[in-house]
Amino acid sequence: MGAPLIGARIQRKEDYRFLTGAGQYTDDVTLPRQTYAAFVRSPHGHAKIKSINAAKAKAAPGVLAVYTGEDIAAAKLGGLPCGWLITDVNGQPMKEPPHPVLAQGKVHHVGEQVAVVIAETLDQARDAAELVQVDYEVLPAVADVRLARAKGAPQVHGIAPDNTCYVWALGDKAAVDAAFAKAAHVTKLDFVNNRLIPNAIEPRAANGSYSRADDAYTLYVASQNPHVERLLMTAFVMGLPEHKVRVVAGDVGGGFGSKIFLYAEDVVVTWAAKQLNRPVKWTADRSESFTSDAHGRDHHTIAELALDKDGKFLAMRVKTTANVGAYLSTFASCVPTILYATLLAGQYTTPAIHCEVTAVFTNTAPVDAYRGAGRPEATYVVERLVETAAREMKMDPAEIRRKNFIRSFPYQTPVALLYDIGDYDATMDAAQKLGDVAGYPARKKASAAKGKLRGMGYAAYIEACGIAPSAVAGSLGARAGLFEAGEVRVHPTGSVTVFTGSHSHGQGHETTFAQVVADRLGMPIENVDIVHGDTSKILFGMGTYGSRSIAVGGTAIVKALDKIIAKGKKIAAHLLEASEGDIEYANGVFKVTGTDKQKLFGEVAFAAYVPHNYPHDKLEPGLNENAFYDPANFTFPAGTYVCEVEVDPETGVVKVDRWTAVDDFGKIINPMIVEGQVHGGLTQGIGQALTEGAKYDSTGQLVTGSFMDYCIPRADDVPMFQVDTRETPCTHNPLGVKGCGEAGAIGAPAALINAITDALGVKDIAMPATPQNVWRTLNQKKAA
Amino acid sequence: MAVKVSMKVNGKAVSEEVETRTLLVTFIREHLHLTGTHVGCDTAQCGACTVSMNGKAVKACSMLAMQAEGADIMTIEGVAKADGTLHPMQAAFKEHHGLQCGFCTPGMVMNAVDFATRHPGASEQEVRESLEGNLCRCTGYHNIVKSIMAGSKAMAGK
Amino acid sequence: MHAFNYHRPSNVNDAAALAAKSVDAKILAGGQSLVQAMKLRLAAPTDIVDLGTIKDLAGIKVDAKSVTIGAMTRHAEVEGSAEVKKAIPALAALAGMIGDRQVRNMGTLGGALANSDPAADYPAAVLGLGATITTTKGTHAADKFFKGLYETALRPGEIITSVSFPIPKRAAYMKFKNQASRFAIVGVFVADTGAGVRVAVTGAGPCALRLAEMEKALSAKFAPESVASLKIKSDGLNADLHASAEYRAHLITVMAKRAVEAAMK
Repeated sequence: MGAPLIGARIQRKEDYRFLTGAGQYTDDVTLPRQTYAAFVRSPHGHAKIKSINAAKAKAAPGVLAVYTGEDIAAAKLGGLPCGWLITDVNGQPMKEPPHPVLAQGKVHHVGEQVAVVIAETLDQARDAAELVQVDYEVLPAVADVRLARAKGAPQVHGIAPDNTCYVWALGDKAAVDAAFAKAAHVTKLDFVNNRLIPNAIEPRAANGSYSRADDAYTLYVASQNPHVERLLMTAFVMGLPEHKVRVVAGDVGGGFGSKIFLYAEDVVVTWAAKQLNRPVKWTADRSESFTSDAHGRDHHTIAELALDKDGKFLAMRVKTTANVGAYLSTFASCVPTILYATLLAGQYTTPAIHCEVTAVFTNTAPVDAYRGAGRPEATYVVERLVETAAREMKMDPAEIRRKNFIRSFPYQTPVALLYDIGDYDATMDAAQKLGDVAGYPARKKASAAKGKLRGMGYAAYIEACGIAPSAVAGSLGARAGLFEAGEVRVHPTGSVTVFTGSHSHGQGHETTFAQVVADRLGMPIENVDIVHGDTSKILFGMGTYGSRSIAVGGTAIVKALDKIIAKGKKIAAHLLEASEGDIEYANGVFKVTGTDKQKLFGEVAFAAYVPHNYPHDKLEPGLNENAFYDPANFTFPAGTYVCEVEVDPETGVVKVDRWTAVDDFGKIINPMIVEGQVHGGLTQGIGQALTEGAKYDSTGQLVTGSFMDYCIPRADDVPMFQVDTRETPCTHNPLGVKGCGEAGAIGAPAALINAITDALGVKDIAMPATPQNVWRTLNQKKAA
Repeated sequence: MAVKVSMKVNGKAVSEEVETRTLLVTFIREHLHLTGTHVGCDTAQCGACTVSMNGKAVKACSMLAMQAEGADIMTIEGVAKADGTLHPMQAAFKEHHGLQCGFCTPGMVMNAVDFATRHPGASEQEVRESLEGNLCRCTGYHNIVKSIMAGSKAMAGK
Repeated sequence: MHAFNYHRPSNVNDAAALAAKSVDAKILAGGQSLVQAMKLRLAAPTDIVDLGTIKDLAGIKVDAKSVTIGAMTRHAEVEGSAEVKKAIPALAALAGMIGDRQVRNMGTLGGALANSDPAADYPAAVLGLGATITTTKGTHAADKFFKGLYETALRPGEIITSVSFPIPKRAAYMKFKNQASRFAIVGVFVADTGAGVRVAVTGAGPCALRLAEMEKALSAKFAPESVASLKIKSDGLNADLHASAEYRAHLITVMAKRAVEAAMK
């Protein structure tokens, strides 16, 4: 056999099709007798729908149908469900306002779906959509997370007084209060974790069709988890049996969380396909994405860290108001709670932590998981507090971290998680070395000589990935399991097709998963293909989010592979007339231990499918195994980021000059792909800190509704990244893997704001640190 | 109003009746069924729709099909050799992991081929600036920049 | 995009006649602004008059005193023109800062000026250099061309055919970009014509405008320090999410100073 496949920089199997334009994204699928949908959306943040007159639209050329909320109600379609029940501090379930797929009497955010026009061509549908007359009575709106619970604030939903979805808490409040009472120093910050719009470059898209012959639906959709989409759509919304619905998420152009959720358009096109007996396609234009994709973050937080005189952390107190938007999206409720408060220990031994989270409704697009989902917000709290405390106490920011690092594992945090393993000194040491922290003073001097302000910032983050042990999740309110499924189908001549419930939309699973399989089976990677994204092919799946694919989906495959090998040994034992216990398998060969008697993997596979000489009394023919894997614990990737910025004090422009990232992702399957995930995550994190911020005005209008005003980073906004890894293998999965997809976005904002505040010599600056914001901050400092 | 539009696409003469309001990208995707050219925004920022018109990179979402009348258009489907061998720029993207989800990739490659042709030996900073009209949300650009620099070298036969 | 009638005239006079026929007709040059607006259904012309195939509207001519650029000349051609780079390097550099590479391969000088976007780059050069705009109906001095937000001295059916830029002694353009759109938040064009100094700014007002105070200071002494502490009043300047009027006023000073530094290099 050649070099080992695990840990190898294998070029991606999927690239050829993407590089030659042969990818098949949802909008690329055009079915026979295709029709096109255009949605009429609310132009108001909050309004009553007095009437809808669709007569003109219905009469327009090419129009096949116009549906409104009344049609949806008449068809008894359910609303979109929330997949996670959070229980209030008073033991009450969270408030769950109905989330209809077309508005029922009232609209609650700009961009909400009010009606759909379906026509022969897209232009006809869009022309007619302009003719749908909706008479609105505009109501006062509330958009700002800080104003949602203010006295007299407009009420978004009648069932949620004070716009409150829930108040939830974690941690020992009494212990925290006691620790604060004896603290030598308290660091306090009050900030907004800015609202972000995910903006995968492929807009959302859905193409629903229906076959009368089979009484069955097919939905092509840009989704990160087709089985979950099907489950939610069939069981909760449409009341259909799952075997009558096929969901296909082929090539998907990025997700970052925004394509986890079940959206109204997906349901509407599927339902309408049966009404019209023709396929119905809808693809968002970017303007629609801005107002109707689920957004991310949007927390207002007051956070305090108590320290003793030596800089040892005593306790942390965090109070957060989280904006969930106008409706509860699929996982909206668990993001600012389960995925947030549990991470507030960070890499530190802080003995007491208390966090209270109030989730509020506003007249804005729903807010849900976006790359990192809760963990970037938690890391921002911890790492901004820690760095600020170091500055206030005149301590080195790296040293204060080291003083508080967790060094003994497993480690039970005061906020529910049990860290299995980590080595935070290792990533800190490596980051300081790789980032040439020693050379920083000289660089600062050089910048000053050019009239520039240089600053350096750290973030030492931790995340909980490999989501999630189903029993734990269930006890915390999850309404679904969080295992993963995999199937290994060995073909008669020994090549292999693997079916996974994980979904790849940029992550490169077709390559990394194939590396795992080929390595385990000892065969060339060319003999392995990975299939994902189609409920008619894959037995089940929970999909891809929370950096779970390799840790959970990969492990399910490994378990299926182990079954294949076990069965192969039985077959080989029969063929070699040996006892099963004497058969060993390595490098594609079944061998009788200590002899030269052997059978190749392909020979065993062939025997399984052409079972002329076969132990029929003990074994079924065929070589096909599946496995479900439910993780024993979360995985805990962690790392240290160091960045340096150079600020032009005249203009306020921040240049990200140096970036060093050292991560511990456990075992790495393909370093090339891992590095790419880190680069991308870092850039989204840099976007949050520097350029991105969704802004609504007081009437609920989205001010940043296009790429003309909402700035995702471009190539000249970011530097070349210095990326390296350290490795403590995960203790509870067979691959020792932890996951790497979100790390960059989790750690980057805190590191960058730490660097900018260092450069400016200020305690805090709001994200995003745009040039105007930096300029104003410097002016305020001068004035003070 | 319907009009006839004719042009050469990937070396092949095409001629179709279209509505006047047909964008070049719609013509390519819906009429010619060449779905490698993508649409990622509606304000000409993302560059996923980039094609080559008479050897120059343009945004096919920002022009009418009629504006390409008589032009020589190349889309991502026309970049590799007829036998399927990747163009050096495509090969460089593969080698340097310059793509993840692949959605922005055709536009990136079309722009990069034009840029590298005109600016051989460009610096990292120049390459970054050349991507002002192309957005990627996956890669952080790091490996795209590496790919373009390597592809540029390969195109120059170095 | 709404439906429209499409016209492809073979000469500029026919184009002007077609454009004059309907108040809702629009002239299509490169289309980098117009097609966007139509796509977003913000513009809905009944008729489109495409200048794309009219010969002689594109091209660059340089003589001892001026650079004359045809209205349909693409930004990329100006950016890359060796002659422009030699005669007015600031103009070539400015063309290279418009939009992005792909936009510059389509966008035209005439289209940019006729549109008079408050944040467009070319108006700063036209005003800063005191250019002359030639149309199907005559000529316009730069100082009388930009009238307001998306408003110029062009009458219905009047089409720009070329623009003549006097060659200055030295000049430079400094642009402070909107991070998102990459349009100018503030762009300052400074030109030392030999007979005086002109300073034009784009992005700050409803259309490009000149800064008399700075011109006076620089005419007295063409040096960065002449403008470095010259505070611009923020009254009436544009304000948006990205830049308040005060920030724009401040940036005008900074960009003007840097433009003078660059022009002196």
